[in-house]
Amino acid sequence: MTPPADQPAVRLDHVSKAFGSRTVLDDVSFEIEKGKAFCLLGRSGTGKSVTLRHIVGLVQPDRGKVFVEGRDITPLRGRELADVRKHMGFLFQNSALFDSMSVGDNVAFPMRRHTDWPEQKIREQAQQKLAAVGLEKDYDKMPADLSGGMKKRAGLARAMALDPAILLVDEPSAGLDPITAGEIDELLLETKRGGTTLAVVTHNIPSARVIGDDFGVLHEGKLLARGSLEDLDASEEPLVQAFMRSQGGG
Amino acid sequence: MPLLTTVDRAGAGVLNFLEFTGAMASFGGRALVEAFRPPYEPGEIIRHIYSFGYRSAPLVGTAGLAIGVVLSMHTRASLERFGAEAMIPAGLAIAMIRETGPLTAALLVSGRVGAGIGAELGAMKVSEQIDALEANAVDAFKYLAVTRIIALMIVMPLLTILMDFAGIFGGYLAEVAVSGISAQMYFERAFTYISYSDLIPATVKTVVFGFLIAGAASYLGFTTSRGTEGVGEASTRSVVLGSMLVILGDVILVKLIFFFYPPVSG
Repeated sequence: MTPPADQPAVRLDHVSKAFGSRTVLDDVSFEIEKGKAFCLLGRSGTGKSVTLRHIVGLVQPDRGKVFVEGRDITPLRGRELADVRKHMGFLFQNSALFDSMSVGDNVAFPMRRHTDWPEQKIREQAQQKLAAVGLEKDYDKMPADLSGGMKKRAGLARAMALDPAILLVDEPSAGLDPITAGEIDELLLETKRGGTTLAVVTHNIPSARVIGDDFGVLHEGKLLARGSLEDLDASEEPLVQAFMRSQGGG
Repeated sequence: MPLLTTVDRAGAGVLNFLEFTGAMASFGGRALVEAFRPPYEPGEIIRHIYSFGYRSAPLVGTAGLAIGVVLSMHTRASLERFGAEAMIPAGLAIAMIRETGPLTAALLVSGRVGAGIGAELGAMKVSEQIDALEANAVDAFKYLAVTRIIALMIVMPLLTILMDFAGIFGGYLAEVAVSGISAQMYFERAFTYISYSDLIPATVKTVVFGFLIAGAASYLGFTTSRGTEGVGEASTRSVVLGSMLVILGDVILVKLIFFFYPPVSG
């Protein structure tokens, strides 16, 4: 499902979304180029996670369209949507590991569901993915036995299980110490170097500066600013300035 | 003004009730439709059959045994007055098979399995595991709800049969203690008056109980919100709603059974 050269990996076209009377996204549009990392910044509760959920089809927009690899996913349901999702990985803010399965089975889960690989190969691949995030010794552990940072890394291994073309990451460094957060950043960078498109939601500006190629700042559901690091650093918008100068992590 | 407020509240309550009932009915209807569409998730269904059935068997068997003993004592106390002690095994068997077994098994399963489904799915909902399944291109409704509903529909009749026979056996133990009746005579008397029309409809109706218990619990789990408090609430409400639906469903099903298999008099 490689997009045509002229198509962005992800495009939001005038997307609006409200939950009840509360508008969460208001006419938001942006594109993410293939192989680039887009960092969506903003204060808590401004609609960043909802934006990611639109991209993976967990939330449908009230107005506007969401394109993934050139295909409008807004009207898709069931198997058609599942086919699109097979090309994406999603690292949830709280990792969302399946707590009834071991860490290894969590990583193997997408392979068991979507490939016809023999069990031996699935186990090897899952082991390999875990090794890539430094959890090679934790295959048989249960998620409850992992620390926050380890859960995040296991979640990343699961999100990367099928080598997705697009990786969506929700607050990768939230609640982590600076060293673990740095390790996660390094893993994301490595993923990007492998050609994966990244959409990263974060509060952590230093982390975003490391990972991102392109940035957006959401405020009260609107895309307040959009551009490269230089563009945002030069912005005269007070909120964008405050954000870009902050050293806040997690 | 206060009257208007009361009317408003009552109206809102009725609307909420109708909305809740409609959403749950729609959830159940969708589960029935999805059950016949691939993928059928046999691995998950078998896993749930083990979890719901095999692991509920000790509870259901023990409860059946105890109910059989108690029923036997009550039946003896009643029938002794008419000198009809010989009818104790038959009376007990009919009571167990036609109503006590199916209903008690369903209520026990609602407590054990319904609460578990509500809590498990509720916890998965609030920890975003259901979203994670969807993001992994898996139909979470089918994978989590439909498989549990099918599994409980398969398990309920089996657990009911276990309860029926545990109850009849419990009655035998009580009768041996009181009258020293032989096993052959007890079971002969117990099963003489039992026909397929007693056993089959009463057992098959528990398939519907399984659907109601697992359907209600899955719905409440899938609609859980408000973190751990919501999970606890989903678990409790699963038991309450599941039990209520079983009792109300039983009224309708018994009426239907009597329509198709009229009681034989004389």
